[in-house]
Amino acid sequence: MNRTPIDSAGAGRGSFKSYAIGFILSIVLTAIAFALVMQSGELSRWAVSFGIFGAAILQILVHLHYFLHLDTTSAARWNVLALIVTLLIMILFVGLTLWIMADLNYRMM
Amino acid sequence: MITDTSTFNAVSSGEFEHPDTIENQAFGFWIYIMSDLVLFATIFATYAVLGHNYAGGPTGKDLFHLPYTFGETMLLLFSSATYGLSMLAMNQNRKDLVLRWLFATFLLGLGFLAMEINEFHHMILDGNGPERSAFLSAFFTLVGTHGSHVAFGLIWMSVMMGQIIAKGLSAPVQSRLIRLSIFWHFLDVVWVGVFTIVYLMGVM
Repeated sequence: MNRTPIDSAGAGRGSFKSYAIGFILSIVLTAIAFALVMQSGELSRWAVSFGIFGAAILQILVHLHYFLHLDTTSAARWNVLALIVTLLIMILFVGLTLWIMADLNYRMM
Repeated sequence: MITDTSTFNAVSSGEFEHPDTIENQAFGFWIYIMSDLVLFATIFATYAVLGHNYAGGPTGKDLFHLPYTFGETMLLLFSSATYGLSMLAMNQNRKDLVLRWLFATFLLGLGFLAMEINEFHHMILDGNGPERSAFLSAFFTLVGTHGSHVAFGLIWMSVMMGQIIAKGLSAPVQSRLIRLSIFWHFLDVVWVGVFTIVYLMGVM
């Protein structure tokens, strides 16, 4: 096995350290999100929403970086580019759907 | 014409001798995952529109039990980590370790799926199936689509365990394991969106 193309890019490229860091960060972020909702005594609704969405976005970035090994090296560049285009499409789908449906709802009231 | 034929033969006979083959296959699969994310975006949009139309039925607050969801989340997260350990073992060419961690991943994934089916089962028994309200239709569509992805991932994983035993860690098998790892890690990414938007927002 001299040939190791799997080391150059993609999901086969991790090290034990990267998986361990990603795993611990994910557990901490999940625990923070659940604790915010389950123990939200004095916190306002907006603060809790902000907290759990922040934790979710951070955790998704952690997964992408430490589990799927996305970064800015040239090996992962096309993967990142495809993901950015996909995110744009997703934001358009969700954002415009909500806008149109909220507008319809308002006009039919 | 002669050149075309020889190129074709080279590709079909010695496919895995080309150094970029595994990378290209992984990238092709990555594009499929991107299209799958768009599918999930449309279902999330549907859920966001319909999620508050309870039709006099139960709300998320009545239905969801957060410690239970936290347990499901942990199972999926641990399964992502054990899959990672399996990939590390694959890079060291340790067939026995790959199989062991893959089997652990399979059991954790199966546990997640069993918990989800149990949750669905109890909701439907209580009369809170997908026909109860628009909120529940959207809930079962979104969470069920994610769950069916997990189920297909488990089928794929059991096939891969069979291939490792039968064929060893050959280049095609490694390529498939890499693609399954992309699939499996993305299921966890989608689940982060599901537990935040459906369960946590639903209980708030």
